[in-house]
Amino acid sequence: MEWRDEGALLSVRPHGESAAIIEVFTGEHGRHAGVVRGGASRRIAPLLQPGAQVQVTWRARLDDHLGIFTVEPLHARAALLSDPLALAGLNAICAMLRMALPEREPHPMLHAATIPLLDALEAGTDWPPAYLRWELLLLEEIGFGLDLATCAVTGSRDDLIYVSPKSGRAVSRQGAGDWASRLLPLPPVLLGQGPASAGDIAQALALTGHFLNRELGPLLNGRPLPEARTRLIDRLARRAQG
Amino acid sequence: MAAGGAHGGDTPREIEALIDLMARLPGLGPRSARRAVLVLLKRRGALMAPLAQAMAQVAVSARDCRICGNIGTSDICAICADDRRATGEICVVEDVADLWALERAGVFRGRYHVLGGTLSALDAVGPEELRIPDLIERVATEATREVILALNATVDGQTTAHYIADALAATGVSVTSLAQGVPIGGELDYLDDGTLGAALRARKSF
Repeated sequence: MEWRDEGALLSVRPHGESAAIIEVFTGEHGRHAGVVRGGASRRIAPLLQPGAQVQVTWRARLDDHLGIFTVEPLHARAALLSDPLALAGLNAICAMLRMALPEREPHPMLHAATIPLLDALEAGTDWPPAYLRWELLLLEEIGFGLDLATCAVTGSRDDLIYVSPKSGRAVSRQGAGDWASRLLPLPPVLLGQGPASAGDIAQALALTGHFLNRELGPLLNGRPLPEARTRLIDRLARRAQG
Repeated sequence: MAAGGAHGGDTPREIEALIDLMARLPGLGPRSARRAVLVLLKRRGALMAPLAQAMAQVAVSARDCRICGNIGTSDICAICADDRRATGEICVVEDVADLWALERAGVFRGRYHVLGGTLSALDAVGPEELRIPDLIERVATEATREVILALNATVDGQTTAHYIADALAATGVSVTSLAQGVPIGGELDYLDDGTLGAALRARKSF
């Protein structure tokens, strides 16, 4: 068995004294692990950092073997290391992908959205709204896409300001009626409307967090979402406070 | 002495157990462990007995310094007990190997603080698993002027560095970190793009 693909490195852990097991989020093969011989060496270890863009060749005798990766570094994204907020974003992305996606299941759309997001983190552009859209896409990829196009009650496309915590569908002000207090606020940033304030971002992350928790709950066995995501939210909140 | 085992038909069990233990050490596999044990057995008086004695002594006396986390043979390590070392600077390192590396270089004459690891999403290591609360307490009680973050230039190392810098922000202490860039003797042609980028960003007047 052999294939070649490109992707973002998600994790590295030592394997014996000189090798490493890495996980790469590839376009055609999804989240895939493999052994890198010499991956713990002084020459190769610095290149195997989470967030790095790599080209990998995977070889194994049988498809269900762990297999051996040959890694060709393409882009280190090292500038992330000096930006605490971007680094928190990178940690959150890697942790969420590792937790939410089954191994070896292709998610080309999510991959196509992840690479530009990592590039935006490194470039230092205003990436938090893009991260939010990425979490929405992640929800969609794991089978729980939110329907924010029309009101679940009236069918209207206007004045959508709530989301049902059960169905994940948008609800308009008029449609909410007396149920408004039981619904989740829908910040405009999730509808792609207008500039996003820090408060909007926090509210939107709380909303995506609610559904991620609910959908990933069985996988997490009662544990919360990754600490890396919590640290990103804390850091965004601190930035908003100035 | 009982006999039999994986390392040779009649290898006594005690020697086999020794080989198995040696093979767990970094850099040694079963074959190299067997060679090492053979050397020890041939030099029982000159090497094996003193080694066993030294190991037994250190196994009893080794402990973590209660101030900095360094490994020593008393409650307070030699560095923390040394009055000649500067008290206003604390150099934060990931583990004792990093402290030893800095001591070998002989370039730092202040005090250390050993975290015992780095924050890691992969291994679920949070701040409470590291000696970060102890560091914050030290900074508050030891009249510290500067905390030098000498952590690895990896994602986990720098995540930890940023976390500590945030945690110390309220204390008003100066927080610095090691520079990143071209190593001594390094050739630009062979550097990865991340190191080159860091070096260019950290350029200085010449």
